[in-house]
Amino acid sequence: MSIEEKKNSQIYLDSETLSPSTEKEVSEIVREIYSKKLPIEITGTGTKKVFGYNLQTAKKLSLSQLSGIIDYQKEELYIKVKAGTPIEDIEKILEENNQELAFEPIDFGYMINGQTNKGTIGGYVACNFAGSRRFKVGSVRDHILGFKGVNGKGDVIKSGGTVVKNVTGYDLSKLISGSFGTLVVLTEITLKVSPKKQSQITVIVYSDEIKKISNLFDKILSSSNEVSAATFIPEEPTNKNYEHTKNKIFKFNNLDQEGSFLAFRIEGDKKSIDERLKELKIELDLSHFKSSILDVHQSVPFWKKVNNLELFSGTKNNILRAVMPPAKCEIFTKFLNKNYKYYIDWCGSLFWIEVLDKDDDKINKIKNFILENSGYLTILKKSENFDFQDTLFTIDSTRLMISKKIKDSFDPKKIFNPGRMYRGI
Amino acid sequence: MSELALPQIDRTTVSKKSLIVSRLKKFTNDENVLSENEEIKPYETDGLAAYKQTPLAVVLPENTKEVSEILKFCNEENIKVIPRGAGTGLSGGALPLQDAILLGLGKFNKILEIDFENKCVVTQPGVTNLGITHAVQHKGYYYAPDPSSQLACSIGGNVAENSGGVHSLKYGTTTNNILGVEMVMMDGTITRIGGKTLDQEGYDLLGLVCGSEGLLGVITEVTVKILRKPQSVRAALIGFPTVEDGGNCVSDIISSGIVPAGMEMMDKALIDATDKFSKAGYPKNAEVLMIVELDGTKSEVDGLLNKVSEIAKQNNSNSMKLSNNEKERLAFWSGRKAAFPACGAMAPDYYCMDGSIPRGKLSLILKEINQLSKKYNLAVANAFHAGDGNLHPLIMFDGSDKEQLRKTEEFGAEILKACVKHGGALTGEHGVGIEKRELMCEAFNNDDIQQQLNIKKSLDEKNLLNPGKVYPILRKCAEEGRVHVHRGEEKFPDLPRF
Repeated sequence: MSIEEKKNSQIYLDSETLSPSTEKEVSEIVREIYSKKLPIEITGTGTKKVFGYNLQTAKKLSLSQLSGIIDYQKEELYIKVKAGTPIEDIEKILEENNQELAFEPIDFGYMINGQTNKGTIGGYVACNFAGSRRFKVGSVRDHILGFKGVNGKGDVIKSGGTVVKNVTGYDLSKLISGSFGTLVVLTEITLKVSPKKQSQITVIVYSDEIKKISNLFDKILSSSNEVSAATFIPEEPTNKNYEHTKNKIFKFNNLDQEGSFLAFRIEGDKKSIDERLKELKIELDLSHFKSSILDVHQSVPFWKKVNNLELFSGTKNNILRAVMPPAKCEIFTKFLNKNYKYYIDWCGSLFWIEVLDKDDDKINKIKNFILENSGYLTILKKSENFDFQDTLFTIDSTRLMISKKIKDSFDPKKIFNPGRMYRGI
Repeated sequence: MSELALPQIDRTTVSKKSLIVSRLKKFTNDENVLSENEEIKPYETDGLAAYKQTPLAVVLPENTKEVSEILKFCNEENIKVIPRGAGTGLSGGALPLQDAILLGLGKFNKILEIDFENKCVVTQPGVTNLGITHAVQHKGYYYAPDPSSQLACSIGGNVAENSGGVHSLKYGTTTNNILGVEMVMMDGTITRIGGKTLDQEGYDLLGLVCGSEGLLGVITEVTVKILRKPQSVRAALIGFPTVEDGGNCVSDIISSGIVPAGMEMMDKALIDATDKFSKAGYPKNAEVLMIVELDGTKSEVDGLLNKVSEIAKQNNSNSMKLSNNEKERLAFWSGRKAAFPACGAMAPDYYCMDGSIPRGKLSLILKEINQLSKKYNLAVANAFHAGDGNLHPLIMFDGSDKEQLRKTEEFGAEILKACVKHGGALTGEHGVGIEKRELMCEAFNNDDIQQQLNIKKSLDEKNLLNPGKVYPILRKCAEEGRVHVHRGEEKFPDLPRF
């Protein structure tokens, strides 16, 4: 059925979910809904649906049919895909060619319903949530070389390209990353890919002392030995019952179950790993700590668990994502410690926090602490039947004003994911 | 000066010059407002010296509040404003207009905070790129992006242009190395974007502003990331008998999984020119010469260097030197770093182009450039940031000959069109400015450009901030909000709204 025929067919008009399979169809649908000023929710496979505010749109635009790899140039280190392509498909072809997405896509499926589901690349770019390697290699937005999409009027627009050095016009690839589908319907994305490191190990350092942990993070950040991930997994508060605990999730032969621990990853060829491990032991003064090492067979699944928030698998509670300047790690950890189940990624910068109470005041206390300390907070997931009254995202009034203007320049009738991030956007 | 269409001059503004100058003096100290011809002459051009324009006046504010008041005033009075950092940009992004105020950030020259704990430096925008590294190197840190003009170019200008450099292959460009900015919008609104955290929530305004060539706001403060210096750095100097061999070697190194800190390439013309100029001792029998720099831990660098030399041998390299100490490594670079002055010594003028191509097309584009060189009868020498496909052909000409300048610009435009044709970009790191403005339609269609203009309009409704740059103005608006590009059809444009 052609798009014209589809438009005239009762099934098409009545269907709640529109599933275009070409960019042209996306454009025609958006033109139609633009003329009717009909808001739509843009989805991929729905894995990130819980993020942001619930939408009350009559129709959904699903990109799940807009899937497939368009062009993969291994030597040029890029892959161009349709926006609805499952991340697993991209990772599979890269894996076969010994390459990877350096920003380590997070599998939010565990947190949402306890099952793996990475969703589509379009959905992932729309969130801009980078994995554990963020502090070393940049965020999702740093790996988007270019894109094509449809703006709120139905025009197909593009920015960037396939080369890494490109300053032609505004860098809209950055702007659309993390815009939660409020600016364009993505149709094509070109991603920078990276050679996979030959091997890896993870060093586990056991300590419950926050000052020491924070000091270790600082030393790792200051080191030239290229640590590619560093996390702190504390013991859960003892006064509450958690279904998924540190000891249940992180079961490895060489990981001691007692107490909190910091873990950091070294990647590269074997010789280089050995050399850097030797230097890091001195730099971090590891002889003063109890420590152990996870070999590559343990290290790879360990970081998957960290990256994929398996500690919060299937949680029914609020999940908060906070980013702090690294030097604030110590005071924020002290603030959280013993009161919340949380862990720290990005070498002291990223905090994942579970809040059991359906309590505005409690969440606002955390939020205010973060804002006072120059960080930002996203309430990524709310408890069931909890209507948090404050905003889910952090923004100041001036940036909100600028954001509204930018929204207007892409989507003047506010038909894309209205209110997903902020009221009025 | 070459013919170039600029926004129509607002005669009313020009006629009010003395009034405007006296108003500007209310916002900042008298001596910060320059209006006499001899005072403003140094500001009539930037690094793209072929174009000159005298601004209405120059104002050199001393703090953010002054910038805000000046912009607010100009916005209310419909006066155009051209922001300027150190004026080293190569695409004419800071070219003044006769009816515009030139807003120089030269007095914003202080580093505000060195924060080793958070691995960042908060600085005013007028501080030089190298000045940041100088401020932190005593503790073994540095600021990674290193445009060749780093001694003089300002960090604010780097943000405006999203500057790269030799080491952007491994460490990225400005956009990947800044954490936050303070910016003043055309209506005087002061905003802070980002800070000391990684990423920010909401729209990535930092990503939008970085590389926006001074069209969206005036940067008054920048927070940059600093990195620990690598433990070991070594380089290889490798010659190849043919361009194809060199190009293949670049592709093979990258696809083998090695990410060198830098990978530079020079063609025969440039090898000869630089060798005469700097006595770098480059091999005579090479058609192309490559410098591959690797950094990391000692054994890692040694191992990678061996791998690189193996790959080079497989690609028929006919000379190879590996640096064994800093002196040798710097000697390898001495010729490459002298590339521009060496060309300057060969001809009265040279025109430095800046395009990007997929790495695999390096030898193809070199051949095309050489054919174009014959067609236009103008000598060309080529320097490439080969690792990321960024090329800088240097066209040599005599600027006093108008016909040669015209031919040079045409030659340059053809090179950039070829870059786009091969899947690359019009500009890799120098920006569009006025230089490549009319070529934007090679890379973008009307809808693409219109979207960008809509963003511009949403943040600077009257199009007063750095107008006439980046987006084509040789076009006619048939109706409000739509762009129709008619390149070259009209000699003088009527300035449409965008």
